[in-house]
Amino acid sequence: MSTVSETTHDSAVAMSAPPSADEGLTPVQRAEKYGLAQSGARPSLAEYVSQLWARRHFISAFASAKLTAQFSQAKLGQVWQVATPLLNALVYYLIFGLLIGTRKGVPDYVPFLVTGVFIFTFTQSSVMAGTRAISGNLGLVRALHFPRACLPISFCLMQLQQLLFSMGVLVVILLAFGQLPTWSWLLVLPALVLQFVFNTGLAMIMARLGSKTPDLAQLMPFIMRTWMYASGVMFSISVILQGKHVPHWVEVLLYANPAAVYIDLIRFALIDSFKASQLPPHVWAFALGWAVLAGVAGFVYFWKAEERYGRG
Amino acid sequence: MAEQMDGVQPTEAAQERVPTVIADELHIVYRVYGTGTGKGSATAALNRIIRRRPSVGVREVHAVKGVSFTAYKGESIGLIGSNGSGKSTLLKAVAGLLPAERGKVYTHGQPSLLGVNAALMNDLTGEKNVVLGGLAMGMSREQIRERYDEIVDFSGINEKGDFISLPMRTYSSGMAARLRFSIAAAKDHDVLLIDEALATGDRAFQKRSEARIRELRKDAGTVFLVSHNNKSIRDTCDRVLWLERGELLMDGPTDEVIKAYEKETGK
Repeated sequence: MSTVSETTHDSAVAMSAPPSADEGLTPVQRAEKYGLAQSGARPSLAEYVSQLWARRHFISAFASAKLTAQFSQAKLGQVWQVATPLLNALVYYLIFGLLIGTRKGVPDYVPFLVTGVFIFTFTQSSVMAGTRAISGNLGLVRALHFPRACLPISFCLMQLQQLLFSMGVLVVILLAFGQLPTWSWLLVLPALVLQFVFNTGLAMIMARLGSKTPDLAQLMPFIMRTWMYASGVMFSISVILQGKHVPHWVEVLLYANPAAVYIDLIRFALIDSFKASQLPPHVWAFALGWAVLAGVAGFVYFWKAEERYGRG
Repeated sequence: MAEQMDGVQPTEAAQERVPTVIADELHIVYRVYGTGTGKGSATAALNRIIRRRPSVGVREVHAVKGVSFTAYKGESIGLIGSNGSGKSTLLKAVAGLLPAERGKVYTHGQPSLLGVNAALMNDLTGEKNVVLGGLAMGMSREQIRERYDEIVDFSGINEKGDFISLPMRTYSSGMAARLRFSIAAAKDHDVLLIDEALATGDRAFQKRSEARIRELRKDAGTVFLVSHNNKSIRDTCDRVLWLERGELLMDGPTDEVIKAYEKETGK
């Protein structure tokens, strides 16, 4: 970017007349003559992508800095990275597994539940962090120049790092419940990549909405909780639907739900008793479709307001 | 100091006056939410929503009113005026960080605000903050590695022991400010905007930062400096803009404008 402006500037110098000729020019004409660009204008989409790529080290450094700063005041420090998801899973197990008894008809309920909780939390916290990505970092947005998409992407990357800690916990739980590693575990990688792209797209949409309406941060927990209960996190959608006559479109909606798609894929990859027959039809196509749709739409939607972030 | 003036200024000015920043009838309006002039209660807010009346909590602050100027390459421009006169707002608009309500700002390259504070995290060590701040300003990892020692030495953080490996929240406010300035000043800029940065640190550090700013000015096309310290403006600037209530009151050589300003403020 700087090289481009450099060259335009140089050529402008070379052909410019002595200063006296500038008198009588309007500011706009003078700006044009010397190759000055309007401050704070939005770059083209291609240029935006390359600016973003140039800042990739900032994105990753910001994410890991946030992650380490998160628990640095706690005495146990980074132990909380692992303890928090574990406690979360424990609470859900007490309520849903023991009290309400949604474990009926689900073999290997604990791995089933913990996978669901961790994978949904990944999407949930990415969306929540995305909502506050701009509105919660106005100081940064108002002080420094960088493509603003750095912020939502960075927050999602931070959630991904957090998820990796959770996945470590999950592996221990799986082993403890007698699940031995199989080749199907490798399917976790493409599934998580797709989910990460989906989350980031969604986070960018929420970041733009949240920058205009900070109140969304208050509303989002309720929307996310509703979404969680509809995504089969602590129960199996197919078991619940068994023997019930629900309209076909409700069934399609439940199965096409992106959160459910990603959760089921990871369960299928990790848990032996979760069979391919339990997966909704065309599940990989849905996983890919949601990722591409959310990723592209979210990115373009976010970029469209690039020059307006940080305004009062 | 003197050789800076003689070395840079006349040659640049004599050659050709190449504009680097043009502000054209610039207006900046802030919208501030939650300044409720009415009743702040929940029922009052609900009432407003139901009756579809615009929220009374939004207030507009017209911070900059029709300012026009042209800055040229090699100039060092001071911005003075009382608190709340719109100096910092004007800088942010030049940097392209605040959109203009009306009017336009044209700039050569990307002006950068000398302010990295917002990117730094108090819970991280000084070391990590140097890297994070550098990356936030758009430096590459190699550039940061090259300048790392320079930054730490300049800040003087390690003069009294190994403080750079401690979290920044353990620093005194002076130390933190010195590290922030050192990180921010490590990058080369086309157009550099400095907001009150010189007021930080002890006397020795202030001298060092003034020297660094003159150095930056040699590399950069143009430097803008906001300060309430007339002496540091005199030492570093050759032209001064005087803002009052968002309007450009005076624009001219440093001595002239500062004299008028001091007369007005009764010093």
